[in-house]
Amino acid sequence: MREIYADNSATTKLSPAVLEKMLPYLTEVYGNPSSIYRVGGRAKEALEAARERIAKNLGAARPGEIYFTSGGSESDNWAIKGVARALKKKGKNHIITSKFEHHAVLHTCESLEKEGFEITYLDVYENGIVRPADVAAAIRDTTALVSVMYANNEIGTIQPIAEIGAVCRERGVFFHTDAVQAAGYVKIDVTAQNIDLLSMTAHKLHGPKGIGLLYVRRGVPIETLIHGGAQERGKRAGTENVAGVVGLDAALQIAVDGMEARNKKLAALRDRLIDSLLQIERSRINGDRVSRLPNNVNMCFEGIEGESLLLKLDFNGISASSGSACTSGSLDPSHVLLAIGLPHEIAHGSMRLSFSEETTEEDIDYIARVVPEVVTYLRNMSPLWEKIKKEEEL
Amino acid sequence: MVYSEKVLDHFANPRNVGEIENADGIGEVGNSKCGDIMKMYIKVEDGTISDVKFKTFGCGAAIATSSMATELIKGKSVDEALQLTNKAVMEALDGLPPVKVHCSVLAEEAIKAAVSDYYEKQGIDPEILIEK
Repeated sequence: MREIYADNSATTKLSPAVLEKMLPYLTEVYGNPSSIYRVGGRAKEALEAARERIAKNLGAARPGEIYFTSGGSESDNWAIKGVARALKKKGKNHIITSKFEHHAVLHTCESLEKEGFEITYLDVYENGIVRPADVAAAIRDTTALVSVMYANNEIGTIQPIAEIGAVCRERGVFFHTDAVQAAGYVKIDVTAQNIDLLSMTAHKLHGPKGIGLLYVRRGVPIETLIHGGAQERGKRAGTENVAGVVGLDAALQIAVDGMEARNKKLAALRDRLIDSLLQIERSRINGDRVSRLPNNVNMCFEGIEGESLLLKLDFNGISASSGSACTSGSLDPSHVLLAIGLPHEIAHGSMRLSFSEETTEEDIDYIARVVPEVVTYLRNMSPLWEKIKKEEEL
Repeated sequence: MVYSEKVLDHFANPRNVGEIENADGIGEVGNSKCGDIMKMYIKVEDGTISDVKFKTFGCGAAIATSSMATELIKGKSVDEALQLTNKAVMEALDGLPPVKVHCSVLAEEAIKAAVSDYYEKQGIDPEILIEK
């Protein structure tokens, strides 16, 4: 049976080239970068060389604006809590975000509500895109931070980040973006796009898990989240994950170098699959088709439930995911699909496929053949589908 | 979250899927908003459930518990079917993840709804028969 990994938005396979770059820092160059002897010094050199290249790849003015963290969730937590708490002393108590952020942002904002912050959750409309005018309208004198993701993790819609950045800069409000899904697929330039803080992780780009970064523009007030040693210029304690940082740098470099060609190939595969699957009756594509990550397909099929669809796909060798919270232990469907206005019963029947450079045309054709079969099979045993068909006849 | 072999078997090869024409009892529980609907059909001969079929909209556990619940009441007396508990369905499936326990409750309710419908059609108030 064909085995297709189609959940690259969840995580990716470590690239052999990245692993090769990392290996010396797990074996020979094991020193602590903060130490005085040579094996520590070599680790420190690797760390700072990586920081410099990463800063360039993100358009940061200075390498010192890059802080390494354990990943996207820590970066999001730090960015939002750090800036909010630093500005609370200056009378700021308002944060603007969107309804369909990753839970690392949404739950962080909820925790700040308990500390007295007010949160505005911006609408994302049917196409899954935040409107910069809504950001402008929501900004108050007390606004500490705007946090809008670069690309949505479920439906892949790319947000007008430069426009939102411009609005925030003009109004003197700090702007954070969670670029965990976008990095490597869009051209990021934190300087040109007026981004003040940016979260990123390595494992979505064929890098290792457990390493990420937060870009913090110089001058942005931010409180420390992880207290301890003086690493990361005293802002983020903990012995540096040198091999991880080297892996993050290598993964980002590979992603940036091959971006244009890879995006073109992936977008063609994506569009071919979407066009094919839209022929299934009562199916829909979730989120804007154009302003969309080239590797993301997110669709709903009425009358069936997402988890049973995914299990069936798994039996057929296809690893996919769903926004369905069935898998995360809640009965509510995906907050992202509800945010774009889908009713609960349709949001339950969702499927997300996310591809990588390794995905082939044959994979796409196989998926395009299997999904309709599975949808038909599940609809044939679905009393909800029976009802939908009866209502059609009336 | 990991399903037991038995849950996966009943999901992959569900028993008793379908409908019964002129069923003696039909029960439907759940709603589309919550993501689970189970519809059960029973045929009764001489007080025994001679045939049972189901249709389910829901997750893997919803389909597997429907399948197992129908297996557990097939060939049993109507009164025995009324005694079916969600616990018995879960045990027969070698357990369910905690977030999926509600599926077994729904399967029990679907069987009870079908049997109640059968009793109502016989002119018997099902309320007095169901142990609360």
